[in-house]
Amino acid sequence: MLKGLIGKKIGMTQIFDENGVALPITVIEAGPCYVTQVRNPERDGYSAVQLGFNEVHPKKLTGGQRGHLKSNDLPPLRYLREFRTKSPEVKVGEKLTVEEFELGERVDITGISKGKGFQGGMKRHGFKGGPKTHGQSDRHRAPGSVGAGSSPGRVHKGKKMPGHMGNVRVTSQGLKVVLVDAERNLIGVRGAVPGGKGGIVIVNGARKQ
Amino acid sequence: MSDILKSLEAPINENIPELRSGDIVNVHALVKEGERERVQQFKGTIIRVRNSGNNANFTVRRIASNGVGVERTFLARSPRVEKVVVERHSKVRRANLYFLRDRTGKSARLKQKFN
Repeated sequence: MLKGLIGKKIGMTQIFDENGVALPITVIEAGPCYVTQVRNPERDGYSAVQLGFNEVHPKKLTGGQRGHLKSNDLPPLRYLREFRTKSPEVKVGEKLTVEEFELGERVDITGISKGKGFQGGMKRHGFKGGPKTHGQSDRHRAPGSVGAGSSPGRVHKGKKMPGHMGNVRVTSQGLKVVLVDAERNLIGVRGAVPGGKGGIVIVNGARKQ
Repeated sequence: MSDILKSLEAPINENIPELRSGDIVNVHALVKEGERERVQQFKGTIIRVRNSGNNANFTVRRIASNGVGVERTFLARSPRVEKVVVERHSKVRRANLYFLRDRTGKSARLKQKFN
C-alpha cells in the first residue's frame, strides 16, 4: 500500500504530550496530494505512483505540465514527485491526505538540506584539526595529511576534503508522528527534518521499523 | 513565527500570574513518585523569565540546606506546573539576576517592592 505525501516544512516548535513532557516537533503542511500518474512494469518498466501537491494558478505552470495534468482532469499542481511502491492500489485522480498517517507511527522524511557553501574538513567531515598549542601556526583547522608518498603516488579517489556542503537530498528515518491535524493538513513529527522553513519535503512510511 | 506554529501552542495557565524577575514565589509542580502523583512546592526567587510561546519558562533559585543554591527552571505552559503563588515583589534593576549566584547570606537579599 502506498503511504506517502508531499509537504511543506512550516517550522519547529514544542508541544506537551499527555505526561506533560515537552517534545521538540517539526510541523509539516502535507497534502492534499492527488495521484497524477500510476507507472506500471509493463509500460514503464517499474511500478510507482506520481503524486502532485500545491494547487496554483495555471499560469504558474508550463504548457507541458498543464497538459499532463489536464488530460486526467486534475487541478494545476506545482510539485510532482514519484513514490516507488510494489502495489499501487490507487487510481489517478485520487486524493491523499494526512489521514493516512496515525499518531505514534514512524515515517521517513526526505528534503533538501540547507546549503552551507564551501566548508573545511572540520565542519564537513568532523576532522579534529591540528593541535591548538605547542608552537602551531596556521594548522588549527587544517585537514592534515591526505595520503602516503611515492606509493601510491596520488591521492585516493573519494578522499574526504574541504568542499561544498549541504544542499543535497537527505532523508531522516524513523521519525515518530506526534501530531495529525486533518482539518489543516498538518503533520508533526518528533525531531528535526532536513531543509529550511518553506522547503518541500516528502513524507513516506518508514522503511525500517 | 508563523500563525500555524502559534496555533499549536498550549493554552496559558490561568493559575500563573504575571511573573517578574525578583519575585519570591511558591511553585506548585506535579512530581511522579512511583505510581502516584503529588504536588511538590518549590519556593524561591525568580532570577530569569523568558516569554516565548510554548517555550516560555522561568527559573527559580532557592538556598537549600547547607547553603547550597538550587535552581529549577519551569516551563510556564507545562501541564505539570499546577500553580504559582507570588509572595512578594522585589526592587530589581535588571532582567536576569545572575549576580545572586555569586552572593550568599545578607548580600543575597533583595529589597521588597510595594505597589
